[in-house]
Amino acid sequence: MKTVQTSASSTYSASPVQQQVVRSLKKRHRQEKLFRFAGMTAVGISLLLVALLFINIFSKGLPAFWQHGIELEIHFDPAVVKISEQPVLQAGESPQAFEQRHLAWRSEVGMVNFNRLIQDALLKVIPDGAQHRRDLARIVTSGERFALRDRVIANPAIIGQTQKLFLLTDANIDVWLKGNIDRSLPDEKQQLSPKMREWVESLKAEGVIQNRFSWALFMNPDSRSSLASAGLAGAFMGSLYMMLIVILLAVPMGVAAAIYLEEFAPKNKFTDLVEVNINNLAAVPSIVFGLLGASIFIGWFNLPMSAPFVGGLVLSLMTLPTVIIATRSTLKAIPPSIRQAALGLGASKTQAVFHHVLPLAIPGILTGAIIGVAQALGESAPLLLIGMKSFVASVPSSAMEQSTALPVQIYLWQGNELRNFFEARTSAAIIVLLGLMLTLNGLAIWLRRRFEVRW
Amino acid sequence: MTTAKVNEAGQKIKMTARDVKVFYGSNQAIHGVDMDIVENEVIAFIGPSGCGKSTFLRCLNRMNDTIDSCRVTGEIALDGQDIYAPSLDVVQLRAQVGMVFQKPNPFPKSIYENIAYGPKLHGLASKKSDLDDVVESSLRRAGLWDEVKDRLNQPGTGLSGGQQQRLCIARTIAVSPEVILMDEPCSALDPIATSIIEELITELKQNFTIVIVTHNMQQAARVSDRTAFFHLGNLIEIGGTNDVFTNPTQKRTEDYITGRYG
Repeated sequence: MKTVQTSASSTYSASPVQQQVVRSLKKRHRQEKLFRFAGMTAVGISLLLVALLFINIFSKGLPAFWQHGIELEIHFDPAVVKISEQPVLQAGESPQAFEQRHLAWRSEVGMVNFNRLIQDALLKVIPDGAQHRRDLARIVTSGERFALRDRVIANPAIIGQTQKLFLLTDANIDVWLKGNIDRSLPDEKQQLSPKMREWVESLKAEGVIQNRFSWALFMNPDSRSSLASAGLAGAFMGSLYMMLIVILLAVPMGVAAAIYLEEFAPKNKFTDLVEVNINNLAAVPSIVFGLLGASIFIGWFNLPMSAPFVGGLVLSLMTLPTVIIATRSTLKAIPPSIRQAALGLGASKTQAVFHHVLPLAIPGILTGAIIGVAQALGESAPLLLIGMKSFVASVPSSAMEQSTALPVQIYLWQGNELRNFFEARTSAAIIVLLGLMLTLNGLAIWLRRRFEVRW
Repeated sequence: MTTAKVNEAGQKIKMTARDVKVFYGSNQAIHGVDMDIVENEVIAFIGPSGCGKSTFLRCLNRMNDTIDSCRVTGEIALDGQDIYAPSLDVVQLRAQVGMVFQKPNPFPKSIYENIAYGPKLHGLASKKSDLDDVVESSLRRAGLWDEVKDRLNQPGTGLSGGQQQRLCIARTIAVSPEVILMDEPCSALDPIATSIIEELITELKQNFTIVIVTHNMQQAARVSDRTAFFHLGNLIEIGGTNDVFTNPTQKRTEDYITGRYG
């Protein structure tokens, strides 16, 4: 028999067939290397993009969690805060009548010139302020006078006292101090007058103006008159209400529908049609659900516009197919031997499903549900169509009140004219939204671990 | 209550099948089978793959109901009672006719829970102590008690294959069925586990009627009193195991047993 030397690396002799195999090996190895390289490149590019996204958002957004304010000795001067006694509930008075009187008192407090208190306090730290009244009035953001009003309403006993308070400065001052504006621009292009810039710099150096953690970002609703006090509270609550509605509506309905379709429904033309349509619904662009919600919930059922309740309904419609599909695929993956074991022991079909199949499917169902809810949380297009992009300057106290949502708030702030200030604010809102989503995903992972059954 | 039927040898008949036909859609899997299953016997179904022996077995506790396209005609009776009668509750039937499957399929729960599930389902044990007794006696009868008595709270899926199958048998006898159907119970097990199960089948015979489907002709010869040979959806031959193996009346049976096909 003739022996053939195949290649330098091959030490054994081989038949022509083996030679052919060795030749083809080279090609196969090359293909494998190529494929691995392509895969690693794809992973690398996606990691790079994610890193870029996070670096961009965090570098822009993190500074917005701190905001400049000014520490002032506010004297609640009785000569300025001239108000009548706070009404107390009198014997025999109806709650409605008392509420009326209290409302009248509150609007009386609202008439007080709180700006005067602020300016008096400012004059103590800015000696030459009296000559530049207009500039002086622009240092503290306009919304802070309401903070003073609320303090008086909450506790009228402070009239006559002096309190050290931290008041937010105007948004432009924050921009200037954070260096988010080109300082070399000529005076006529600057938002702050030269006098103000001079004051602000020296107050900052003295420590009267400080950069502190911005509770306003979390506690306040949106604002347009006092940009520095614009916060996320309204949008956050709106999103929270909507998520609650989605969790209460879409998740149980979707899971129930999936269990029925997968375990109980007869397989016929009708259920095939239902299945095809569920898959189609999952592919419908979300903005179409907004149109549907606008015409049905608002047009027919006369539900209020901009309400988280309607938003929640629309998002539930959008999430339903996702939940159904995820639940069905989880149920499909449960081995039929478990069902047979239960049926063989004399369990009814319902018992087999609820005692054995469902407990095994819970981790998968939870994952699907939370992915659906997280998707709904980040959705903005359908909400625009049911009026949730309107400016709402209050925190909703129920799901029927007007509100906006986090993604819509991001969109609204992104379009604000005071770019220098709201660019950071927008990124901060994105961080809050991402944080909420990561929390949800973390919850999903935790729940899955918790319910996972070892086989 | 119908009177118990008796065959010519004077044995009590547990189940009868008359002209049973099974269709999967338009495809006929069983072509009219007649059979009597005697009380407290072990009857083995043998035959080549796809001959319909498992399909016929699954007719006996209506497990075929779970397949949408499957349709059964003819008459199958348990103690003279038609099990396909509309008035009969399939849940009750399956409590009377238990089943052990080809692949061990314990629930992913504790050993205790695996056994206790059936009795709890049917309300057979109301107190915890009763339930404990049922679990212990079932495991003892399945010959598993000594191996698992110290780890009843550990998952049943953590046992070895043979132990899992005995757990499944214990789970089945915990609901005190009258007939136990076994669908190739040893096909996923090693020879030692197989011989343990075979001994167990012989012991269980005293209390239960056992119908076993097997691919293994030696197994049929070892454990069964009677053997039925199926081929292409027909029952070719049924008789005493010794007769079928040593002196088959049909050519096809002989060919199969001697290994000419199968």
